[in-house]
Amino acid sequence: MMILSGDPPKSRVLTLLLVVIILALAATPFLFPGAKALNVAAKICVFAALVASYDLLLGYTGSVSFAHTMFYGIGSYAIAIALYGMGPNWAAVATGIVVGLPLAALLALAIGLFSLRVAAIFFAMITLAVASAFQVLASQLSWLTGGEDGRSFQLPELLRPGTVLISKSLFGFEINGRILTFYLVFAVSALMILALLRVVNSPFGRVLQAIRENRFRAEALGFRTVFHLTYANCLAALVAASAGILNALWLRYAGPDTSLSFSIMLDILLMVVIGGMGTIYGALIGATIFILAQNYLQSLMGVASNAAGEAGLPLLPGLLHPDRWLLWLGLLFIASVYFFPTGVVGRLRKAGGDKSAGSSH
Amino acid sequence: MSDIAATDPLPKPKRDLAPILLPVALALLMIPLIGSTSSWLTLTVASLAMGMMIFIMASGLTLVFGLMDVLNFGHGAFIAVGAYVATLVLAPFAASIQADSLWMNLAVLAPAALLSMAVSGALGLVVERVLILPVYGQHLKQILMTTGGLIVAEQTLYALWGPQIIPMPLPTSLRGSFILGDVAIAKYRVLAMLIGLAIFIAIQLVLNRSKVGLLIRAGVENREMVEALGYRIRRLFLGVFMTGSALAGLGGVMWALYREQVHASMSDDLTVLIFIVVIIGGLGSIGGCFIGAILVAMVANYGGFLVPKLALVSNILLMVAILMWRPRGLYAVTSR
Repeated sequence: MMILSGDPPKSRVLTLLLVVIILALAATPFLFPGAKALNVAAKICVFAALVASYDLLLGYTGSVSFAHTMFYGIGSYAIAIALYGMGPNWAAVATGIVVGLPLAALLALAIGLFSLRVAAIFFAMITLAVASAFQVLASQLSWLTGGEDGRSFQLPELLRPGTVLISKSLFGFEINGRILTFYLVFAVSALMILALLRVVNSPFGRVLQAIRENRFRAEALGFRTVFHLTYANCLAALVAASAGILNALWLRYAGPDTSLSFSIMLDILLMVVIGGMGTIYGALIGATIFILAQNYLQSLMGVASNAAGEAGLPLLPGLLHPDRWLLWLGLLFIASVYFFPTGVVGRLRKAGGDKSAGSSH
Repeated sequence: MSDIAATDPLPKPKRDLAPILLPVALALLMIPLIGSTSSWLTLTVASLAMGMMIFIMASGLTLVFGLMDVLNFGHGAFIAVGAYVATLVLAPFAASIQADSLWMNLAVLAPAALLSMAVSGALGLVVERVLILPVYGQHLKQILMTTGGLIVAEQTLYALWGPQIIPMPLPTSLRGSFILGDVAIAKYRVLAMLIGLAIFIAIQLVLNRSKVGLLIRAGVENREMVEALGYRIRRLFLGVFMTGSALAGLGGVMWALYREQVHASMSDDLTVLIFIVVIIGGLGSIGGCFIGAILVAMVANYGGFLVPKLALVSNILLMVAILMWRPRGLYAVTSR
């Protein structure tokens, strides 16, 4: 229980689900051969951490930020630019981390101090404006960021797919640099999620929840709400930037579409709401459902769209076109905000009949 | 207490002129910086036209927020829907659009704009009933619901019209410019300015001279009191919401003609601009929204001319500067 910070899943089905997901992720290189499965698993890890950090903001402080991809992008670009400019060595990785993380934290501090004093609604609008300005900036400063093309780079020797660490003859599996990178992504993401679990279950996390429930009352109790909110904002930004670093390392690329675009922000929102706000575990569930759907549901929709097209039905082929899958997720999103605002995790906890789960709605 | 006689008129509220002078001062300041009077005039007209269009789109949002404390993140969807619906009328009558007669052009444009307003207004009704009514008073859920609505609307537009950019040529008679000496003023910008100004005046008249307007203003200031007096503010709000959506649809048509193209992603960029305008103006204030829209457009046009690189973040800088000066926007009308 120590590792979960005294906040277990509190539902048998949920526990089972989490264990299955984590085991499947951990064993992906061996269970599911092929590059696509490994890509999906790495993406789930990265997004689970990213969404968990967003949950710290949305679920625990109740403030809607639209700038979360900006911090994610800062991390991605920092490592990409460092590795692109300094060549594939560990000093470049270190430089990217040392530059990227503080930059994200500082920007979060500035935005927080500027906009968190006012209502949550201002915060949402201001973060949206800042994030869109940052996105334009990143695509315009092409000498630094590579513009719309982004930056591709090479990883240090140890992490390259060509580096064979344990040859196939030993265990029947080849452990190469790519798999090592995957486990790096897996381990760091897991650590960040556990750290976030620790944060939200600390006295600090309780104050955040108090602010979410009633900011005025929390302030009256003597908590400096602006300090707490800004601190949470900076923490979330740090984790998001770290997730961005992992993502760039995995993709060996950073560009506007993979790290900055507004659609990623919407993806994060969908994941956190579907998984369950204010639970941290919801991040893992939401990311898994969403990314599996993104990668496998789309091909299913393609089949359905073709079938509808051949049957001569009007409209349906267009609505079922694989590119329109966000439409269905959008509907699912509205339905889940409306019918089960606590998401999958909240539902499972309630169904589990655990009385203590009801206390933190 | 004081010696006000019953016959004396009520004391007038003090007029707050500083925000009005702001765009004027900004425009005058730019004359020496830009250097040439003709480019200054062209830029100023461009800013005013762009500002009016943004105002048309933003006015509904600010009233909806002021009246019911509802922030609609899906407001941009109405803009895109309006623009797409206009193509339904404009595409079959392309010949009348190409004809070199103002009346022929307007005979197609006006129904297109009206249909856009009707459809986006009707969509506003659906959105208000389905998405916003269940989550009154819950900011977080409002933002999530309306963001979800925006995704669905955008994707539906893609599904119906396809993901490509649809061209939307300007009518022939609105192309080109009026030439005054060495100054060229695009005809369409003049039209956009006139429409924007007319709508601003109409909104001001309704708000200040009619009973409905009185109720809306009272509701913005204190909702509970208006409810306590027996008015059904929900119905009033629905009306304001639909009007705001219809205006956003009209703004979408005008913007699409201005850019001569339609794409569902236009709502994303415009949503950001509109939010900045609404924040600058002060949530709930029509006058502030008007000035804010012109300021944003001026900064975009002058900034783009003088320091193109800075134009990307100029809106953010403007917002920061205004909020430093007046933390609740130019005109703080709500008590929140």
